[in-house]
Amino acid sequence: MKKLHFLEVEGNSRGFYTLLGVFGLISLIGMFAAYYMEHHGHYVTGMSNQVVWGTPHVFAIFLIVAASGALNVASISSVFAKTAYKPLARLSGMLAIALLAGGLVVLLLDLGRPDRLIVAMTKFNFLSIFTWNIFLYTGFMGIVAVYLWTMMDRPYNKLTKKAGMGAFIWRLVLTTGTGSIFGFLIAREAYDTALLAPMFVIMSFAFGLAFFMLVLMASYKYTDRPLGDYIINRLKNLLGVFVAAVLYFVIVYHITNLYSADHQGVSAFILADGGIYTFLFWVVQIGLGSLLPLLLLYGPTGKNRTMIGLASALIIIGGLAQLYIIIIGGQAYPMVMFPGMEVSSSFYDGVVASYSPSLPEVLLGVGGVGVTLLLVTVSVAALKFLPASLADEVADPHAK
Amino acid sequence: MTSKIEKEDLSRRNFIFGSIAAAGLTVAPGVMLYQTANARDLSKAASSKVRWGMLIDTSRDVDWNKCVEACVKEHGLGNEEHSRPDQRTQYIRVVEVKNKSTGYSMSLPVMCQHCEQPPCVDVCPTGASMKREDGIVLVDRHRCIGCRYCMMACPYKARSFVHETLTDQSTTTPRGKGCVESCNMCVNRVDNGQLPACVEASEGAIVFGNLNDPESDISKLLAKHGGKQIRADLKLNPGVQYQGI
Ligand code: SF4
Repeated sequence: MKKLHFLEVEGNSRGFYTLLGVFGLISLIGMFAAYYMEHHGHYVTGMSNQVVWGTPHVFAIFLIVAASGALNVASISSVFAKTAYKPLARLSGMLAIALLAGGLVVLLLDLGRPDRLIVAMTKFNFLSIFTWNIFLYTGFMGIVAVYLWTMMDRPYNKLTKKAGMGAFIWRLVLTTGTGSIFGFLIAREAYDTALLAPMFVIMSFAFGLAFFMLVLMASYKYTDRPLGDYIINRLKNLLGVFVAAVLYFVIVYHITNLYSADHQGVSAFILADGGIYTFLFWVVQIGLGSLLPLLLLYGPTGKNRTMIGLASALIIIGGLAQLYIIIIGGQAYPMVMFPGMEVSSSFYDGVVASYSPSLPEVLLGVGGVGVTLLLVTVSVAALKFLPASLADEVADPHAK
Repeated sequence: MTSKIEKEDLSRRNFIFGSIAAAGLTVAPGVMLYQTANARDLSKAASSKVRWGMLIDTSRDVDWNKCVEACVKEHGLGNEEHSRPDQRTQYIRVVEVKNKSTGYSMSLPVMCQHCEQPPCVDVCPTGASMKREDGIVLVDRHRCIGCRYCMMACPYKARSFVHETLTDQSTTTPRGKGCVESCNMCVNRVDNGQLPACVEASEGAIVFGNLNDPESDISKLLAKHGGKQIRADLKLNPGVQYQGI
C-alpha cells in the first residue's frame, strides 16, 4: 500500500467557482423562500393546523439523519479499526457536520418565530426531547470537529481512536434522539411505536452513506483524481446491506402495526388506501428507493460507476419519500379521539387532512441541501480532506 | 361557582398573565364591573389549592355553537384575512360523533382539555407551553418560537398556529403570527372572578369550578354522577370532563 497523501482541491479554478456559484444560489433561493414564508406567515405554505410539519421538516430531518450516517465511514475506520476506510475518514467527518448544518438551517428557518432563536438557546425545558436534541446537535458538531482535528494534526493522531469512539456513541444517541421526536407523540398512531428510534438509526446508515458516495464520486470525477474500484466496491456492498436493513425494519413496522388492533388503521392507510402516500410508499420508497438500488448494486451493473451513482441518488429520493410518508402521512391520517366512532367537525376531525407542498417550502428544503453542498465545496478547497489519489494501489491495504 | 383563592408566592407564570389581565382592566374599564369577591388578587400567584375544571353535560339539548361563538367573540378570533379554512384558529369546536353500528349520534364541544399531565408542556422546548398552578394550560406567546411540537403532541387537536399577521385583536387575548395558541380557559375572565365565555353561553350545560374543592358544584356533580374523559386511556387526567359520552 502506497503512502496516503491528502491534498486540498484547487480553489482557484473555474470549476470550483462554478460549483460555489451554483450551490450558493440554491442556498440563497432557499433563504429567500424562508424570508417570504416568515414575512407573510405560514398561510403561504401548504401547512395547516392539521399538517403542522410540512416539506421543510422532511428535508431537515433527512439531512440530520443523513448527517449521523455520513459519519459511519469514519467510525468504521477508527472505532472498528478497518484501515481500508481510513483515507475516507476526514471526508466522512466533514460531510457529517455539513449535513447537520444544512438540516438545522432548514429546521430553524421553518419556525414560526426564527427571530426568537435566542429564546430557544437560553430557555430550556429539560423534559422536552427537542431541548435534548439542541444539545445533541451542537455537541455532535463539536465532537466531530475535535475528531477531525485529531485526524488532521499529526501530533494528536494518537487521540483519534478515542475521539472517534466518542463521536460514534454520540451519533447513535443523536439519531435515537431524532427518532424519539416522533416516538413521544403517543396520541398519533403512526408514531406510537418503539421501533421508530432504531429504524431511524438504520435509515441514517443508508441515507448518510448514499450521500457520502455521491459526494465522493463526484468530487473525484470533478477533480480528475483517481478513485479505484477497491474502495467503491466495499462502500457499495455496505450500502446495499444498509438498504436491505431499512427494508427489513419497514416490514417489521407494518407487520407489528397490522397485528395490533389500535395500529392497524394507519398501516392500512399507508399500504392500501392512502392515495399519494400509498403511491409514494410502493412506487418511490420500495420500488425506486429500495429494490431498484439493490438490483443496481448487486446485479450485473454492480461495477458500473454511473449505476452506483444512480443507485445512491435513488436511495436518497426513496429516503425523502419515506420521511414524507412518516412525517406528513402520519399527520394526515386522522387522530382517533373516539375509537370505533365516526367523527366530524369544522376542525377536520375524522378526515384525512389534505396537504400539498408549496413552492417556498420545497425551495427552503432544497436550500438546506444547497447549504450542505456549499460547505462541502468550501471545505475541500480550504483544508486537506481528500486524498490526492484513491487508486487501488493507494487504497487497498493488501495491494503491493 | 365557589372558590377560595389562597395567597401564594408570586411566580413568573402567573405574573405574566396577571399583568395581562391587569392591563385589560385599564384598557377596558367595564371589566371592573364584574370584579367579584372571587377575583384573584393579581399581585399573588394562582394557587395550587385550586384546579379549575369543567364538566360538560352532552345530554343537554343546547346549541353548542353558541359556546363557539362566545369564544370567538371573547378572544377576538376569526380575524384572519388570508388563511385557508384549515389554517384558521379554533379554540373550541363542535364534534359530531356517530356510532356506525347503532346509528346513535351526538355532538359535543371540544377544546383544550387542560390535562393534569399535558403532553404539550412536556414537549415544548422553551417552556412556553405551560400549566399554571391552578391547572390552566396555556401558551406564553412571548416565549413561543413556533416549532409546533406541542400541536403534534396534543391528543385532542386543541391547538392552532397563527398563520398570518393579525390586526384588530382583543385586548385581553394577545395573539401573534408564528405562535401557537389554544383555549386558555379564559384566564383573563377567571382571574377576574368571571366564568369562561363558553360556560356563560352554555345555558348551564357546562359547569365550571374548582376540582380541588370537594364543596364546589363541579366536585359534587362529579362525585354524584361521575365524569368521562376523552382518551382516558392516555392517563393525562384532563380538567375538562364529560357526562353522556
Ligand atoms: S410551538 Fe411554541 S408552545 Fe408549542 S412547543 Fe413550540 S415553543 Fe412550545
